[in-house]
Amino acid sequence: MYDAPSLEKTVDQKSTKIAAKDVQVYYGNTHAIKDVNVDLLDKTVTAFIGPSGCGKSTFLRCLNRMNDTIDVCRVEGDILLDGEDIYDKRVDPVQLRAKVGMVFQKPNPFPKSIYDNVAYGPRIHGLARNKAELDEIVEKSLRRGAIWDEVKDRLDAPGTGLSGGQQQRLCIARAVATEPEVLLMDEPCSALDPIATAQVEELIDELREQYSVVIVTHSMQQAARVSQKTAFFHLGNLVEYGDTTQIFTNPVDPRTESYITGRIG
Amino acid sequence: MSAGILSLIVIGLGVLGYFLGRGRALSLATATGRKLHSLPGYYGQSVALFTAVPALLLMAAWLFLQPVLIDSRVNAMIPDSVIPEGGARSLVMADVRRIADGLDAMMADGGISENELDQMRADITNIRSRLANVGVALGSDVPVAVFDAAKEMRQSSKTGALAMTIAVLVLTLGAGGWTLMRINTDLRARNISENFVKALLIGASLVAILTTVGIVSSLLFETINFFKIYPAKDFFFSTVWNPQFRGGSDLGILPLLWGTFYVSLVALLVAVPVGLMIAIYLAEYASKHVRSVAKPAIEVLAGIPTIVYGLFALITVGPFLRDYIAEPLGLGSSSSSVLTAGLVMGIMLIPFVSSLSDDIINAVPQSMRDGSYGLGATQSETIKQVVLPAALPGVVGAVLLAASRAIGETMIVVMGAGAAAKLGLNPFEAMTTVTVKIVSQLTGDTEFASPETLVAFALGLTLFVFTLGLNILALYIVRKYREQYE
Ligand SMILES: Nc1ncnc2c1ncn2[C@@H]1O[C@H](COP(=O)(O)OP(=O)(O)O)[C@@H](O)[C@H]1O
Ligand SMILES: [Mg+2]
Repeated sequence: MYDAPSLEKTVDQKSTKIAAKDVQVYYGNTHAIKDVNVDLLDKTVTAFIGPSGCGKSTFLRCLNRMNDTIDVCRVEGDILLDGEDIYDKRVDPVQLRAKVGMVFQKPNPFPKSIYDNVAYGPRIHGLARNKAELDEIVEKSLRRGAIWDEVKDRLDAPGTGLSGGQQQRLCIARAVATEPEVLLMDEPCSALDPIATAQVEELIDELREQYSVVIVTHSMQQAARVSQKTAFFHLGNLVEYGDTTQIFTNPVDPRTESYITGRIG
Repeated sequence: MSAGILSLIVIGLGVLGYFLGRGRALSLATATGRKLHSLPGYYGQSVALFTAVPALLLMAAWLFLQPVLIDSRVNAMIPDSVIPEGGARSLVMADVRRIADGLDAMMADGGISENELDQMRADITNIRSRLANVGVALGSDVPVAVFDAAKEMRQSSKTGALAMTIAVLVLTLGAGGWTLMRINTDLRARNISENFVKALLIGASLVAILTTVGIVSSLLFETINFFKIYPAKDFFFSTVWNPQFRGGSDLGILPLLWGTFYVSLVALLVAVPVGLMIAIYLAEYASKHVRSVAKPAIEVLAGIPTIVYGLFALITVGPFLRDYIAEPLGLGSSSSSVLTAGLVMGIMLIPFVSSLSDDIINAVPQSMRDGSYGLGATQSETIKQVVLPAALPGVVGAVLLAASRAIGETMIVVMGAGAAAKLGLNPFEAMTTVTVKIVSQLTGDTEFASPETLVAFALGLTLFVFTLGLNILALYIVRKYREQYE
């Protein structure tokens, strides 16, 4: 299992954004996440890799308490965001999710105009005092989502009318519009073609300057391309966590090695 | 041979055809050493379908047409002289039919033989008493022409039935045999049986469409008759509804349309908000357990007959509204009122709105909700801004469906709102609707060809046009919304 202190040395100057301690997740009687300890760094892209069903999405959803929406799901252990326990009774999960945004596997634009999709979060959280400010936020977010040029002439068109890749970038723009501190992405490219994937990856790289990004991916190449840190999950355990280059060139655990070389998963 | 036995035989032959077809395909395949184009079962299916379906269709058509043709022929045999004073031809025809049945019953009893029947003459034999023996009571002695007509009817029915049996069996064997002969290894049996099924499906949809056309055209026909004897301008624009038994009626539709609209509006004002709130609660907030109890409990409301709702309106809601609201406020003293009918009808409509909307809200993909929660929205924000807009077309459909029900509802209105056609705004006054008046005009004592009766058809057609318009509107809204968001 990964040993935290040794890592601090390799990625210095970056502070810990999210710290997970002894996290267990149960779906009813299924023990989906077992004893996970991990420190996710600020302004860093962390990739979660591992075979299907190993609990990547489950763990990701713990980080913004999306699991609260699933009745049978139970989370134990501590998850600290900037040193504060997000599962503390005083924490409002709704507030938390504004800080820890999420982009899903399947693009899920709302049945609203492109503008309203992006303005959704800012409106709910009262981020804009007037229409001009809101316009500004929408434009900035769409630019950051690398989709502004494609949609600037049709902000009133429905978001659902865009192509799959555009929809996903719209969803990313929607997520960044609420000014989150952490952005969670669950296989954001699995429904996209290579060109759209490349655009999203480029985007992720840019987002790193401001956010801590956690991305679940099935593509080893993608993990290698976009992330600085990689966590390998297997059967609900966090098997190995370290610098992406180290994980891919010199994995410590034999399970990591066999996954990366294509022998399991 | 009776139609039931005949259809059993046809179906039996169809089943036999299946095995013959399958067997033949298999043996051909072994004999020629070539691969079958389709699975053996498809060859059997093709034979079975061709054996049974055309024959059954022929039989259905025959059973439908034969009585019509025989009736018209027999009808021509009855001279006007035997039609009693003040009676109608249709009554005599009914007698003819009963006598023919009675003769059949006599034969079945073994009372007489076919030959004896041929000899039997109405003016000699006492037909009336003999028929009475087999349970066919006639009002008077049977005139010769009527008896002959009855014998003719019996005879033609028998001939017709025989001809039908032969034709159906020939078609069964012919079509089945022909298909069986066509079987070879290259025959695309799979495509044939699929096309056949497709044709059946198209046929089924045609039945629905043709029925609608039939209903509309019968309405239209009588409506045209009505407008021949009553000016259309008065019907559509007069504000008075005052039918008289002896002519000179005012038959303006406006008070009735207003009543329909008013009562439906009240009903929807009750049903839509309550139904929607129930749906939202059940779909979004209720736990599985609550849902499994509450949903069926609410749907029980939909199973209550409208007459029971009517009673509820008549004996509970009406007097309550009168005693506690209308009279103290000086708004009226009638227990029948728009509000009574509207409220009770609204309660009746709640399960329609709630059940349909609940299904629709449940069908909104979870990913939409996740997307909203993921942005830090609360549950109610998510419902208001994401789930409901996504469910809107379906909800609009549900509401319009409820509106059609409200417009077509009769019983609750009769018992709750009364039968007084009035144009007024006071919801505590009695008013009435189009459907109520259709019933009362058709069940009145007036002659069928009078405007007072025929107006019912014009009312019916107007109602039909309204609900059709409502449905088209619903489709339009739903489609427009779909185009935008799918
Ligand atoms: N909503 C749920 N209810 C019950 N079990 C679930 C649910 N979601 C996931 N699981 C189970 O948890 C385990 C981890 O799933 P998941 O986190 O989706 O894996 P991954 O994203 O790595 O493919 C799987 O065994 C899965 O069957
Ligand atoms: Mg997953």
